[in-house]
Amino acid sequence: MTTLIPPPPPGGPPGDPADDGETTTRKQTGERRPVPGLGWLRQTGALFSLSLSVLRMIFKRPFQFREFIEQFWFIASVTILPAALVSIPFGAVIALQVGSLTEQFGAQSFTGGASVLAVIQQASPLIVALLISGAGGSAICADLGSRKIREELDAMEVMGVSPVQRLVVPRVLAVMGVAVLLNGLVSVVGTLGGYFFNVIMQGGTPGAYLSSFSALAQLPDLYISEIKALIFGFIAGIVAAYRGLNPRGGPKGVGDAVNQSVVITFLLLFLVNVILTGIYLELVPAKGS
Amino acid sequence: MGVEVKVEGLSMAFGRQQVWEDVSLTLPAGEVSVMLGPSGTGKTVFLKSLVGLLKPQRGTVHVDGCNMVRDRERDVFEARKMFGLMFQDGALFGSMTLFDNIAFPLREHTRKKEREIRDIVMERMELVGLVGAEDKLPGEISGGMRKRAGLARALVLDPQIILCDEPDSGLDPVRTALLSQLLIDVNTQIDATMLIVTHNIDIASTVPDNMGMLYRRSLVTFGPREALLTSEEPVVAQFLNGSPHGPIGMTEEKDSATLDAELAMGNGLDFQTREIVPQLEPSPGLPPRAAVHRRRERVLGMLATLPHAAREAILATMPGHTHPTPPPAAPDAETLAMEPLRVDPSTWSPRPEGQA
Repeated sequence: MTTLIPPPPPGGPPGDPADDGETTTRKQTGERRPVPGLGWLRQTGALFSLSLSVLRMIFKRPFQFREFIEQFWFIASVTILPAALVSIPFGAVIALQVGSLTEQFGAQSFTGGASVLAVIQQASPLIVALLISGAGGSAICADLGSRKIREELDAMEVMGVSPVQRLVVPRVLAVMGVAVLLNGLVSVVGTLGGYFFNVIMQGGTPGAYLSSFSALAQLPDLYISEIKALIFGFIAGIVAAYRGLNPRGGPKGVGDAVNQSVVITFLLLFLVNVILTGIYLELVPAKGS
Repeated sequence: MGVEVKVEGLSMAFGRQQVWEDVSLTLPAGEVSVMLGPSGTGKTVFLKSLVGLLKPQRGTVHVDGCNMVRDRERDVFEARKMFGLMFQDGALFGSMTLFDNIAFPLREHTRKKEREIRDIVMERMELVGLVGAEDKLPGEISGGMRKRAGLARALVLDPQIILCDEPDSGLDPVRTALLSQLLIDVNTQIDATMLIVTHNIDIASTVPDNMGMLYRRSLVTFGPREALLTSEEPVVAQFLNGSPHGPIGMTEEKDSATLDAELAMGNGLDFQTREIVPQLEPSPGLPPRAAVHRRRERVLGMLATLPHAAREAILATMPGHTHPTPPPAAPDAETLAMEPLRVDPSTWSPRPEGQA
């Protein structure tokens, strides 16, 4: 069985630093000579252990429905508007770039398909993930982190309630749900933005735009987009929760944890995106081939 | 009746920093114990180890067949339902009102109806003198009120083991005295095993049946209250007298040069013997504490192993002898809005029914 809660943070016990000042020294977990890189491995292991715990506890009753709805609403409300606003210029930039490139070798008729595929497959899930992690994940991390240093999570555990099941699971599920739905919104808005800029600004023809789109795009492109959004949402939620549950002592530690959670999420997102894209291109044949 | 907590060979370290080693003691079922110790000796860490929040490197904590240190998380979570832990600053959920905070364990672990929950919560809030504050958020009330709310939440599931982390810090002397009385009354009513971590000498000398002291990374002593109150151990005597002279210094321990110099000056370890203050009695109207009888049997059994002064002190409290002073009366409850426990015994059912 995996551990329910990641091991205590390296900053020592979460107790009152004034009272237990002597005990809050750096933790090296017993090793006399710490092997370089071991800390990294340990963190990664704890992160995976938390994701397994979350996955298992999703199915544990009672499901915290109220918490889920509240978090879902909160994350959606802080991400919808920025996502829509970001996706219009993003779709436009791709359309302009692709449009000017294709124009150079006389393939303007394929601008529509290329730019829409780029928006749906790559730009949309990434925009969603960045916003979710920046707006939702940082809030989750700060919330859990301040609960941790105020001993609220300890109190919850003492009362026999698992903070992972009570707080983390609904948050991670809410992030995933919002990511999937938001991905749909961003895809539509981004595509419309691209269309607008290509047709109105660059003088493309609507018919060519649409026909190249239906010639190149297929339904699995939409599936992979949503699958990516789902996985990115999971990563953003888990990393935020993990850093929030393990702040390094004190309010400053919570601030650092929020910062790290966003950075770590970004790094993981782009890495995972490469892998998913590679797998997709390998598995799903291009349309018409 | 409460549950015995058996600690054996417990050692805790953060990295190379040893907090304490080889702590072995038994909290006798249903009795009140106090753990003393200067700041920074890991009293809070000890408390958290008992409930399994921190995992010491060596040793065991046995509670009702469950080893809180090594057993699977699932079993530890189950065993934790027997505990009520009052945190140093209450550890209330900042986003919930006091009422919801105190109702939290009931809503999580029982299938009671909202009406029943309301009755139980209001009764516990009355107990700790928080009536009228149920809709306040923890950020809107004083530290002392947060502490009392934390106690109310710890009591709401009728725990068999109650752990209090510095119940006195942030409370005025009167509230501290009332809280001491409250703790004794709670023990009378539900006969729970209690451990209070504190460095308040008043609580230490009036509330517990047993006392222990953590100092210099180990348990100096643990035993009946009389044994510690009459102890000639320099550390214990200095601490209970609140004296600057002795082995305890500002930085945990004095170096031997300073100590020798103090001894040479003649103001070293020369304490007047402390008069033993009688233990608090339950409030009028309550039955006598069940623990008193059990403890008497237990202490008489170990009498031969105790030092002379402690033996004298114990025999002085036994029937046939009278108290040197009458037990202190509870202060006027009306004016302080923190009424000593006067609970309808029918509502203090041993465990809430329908518990999940």
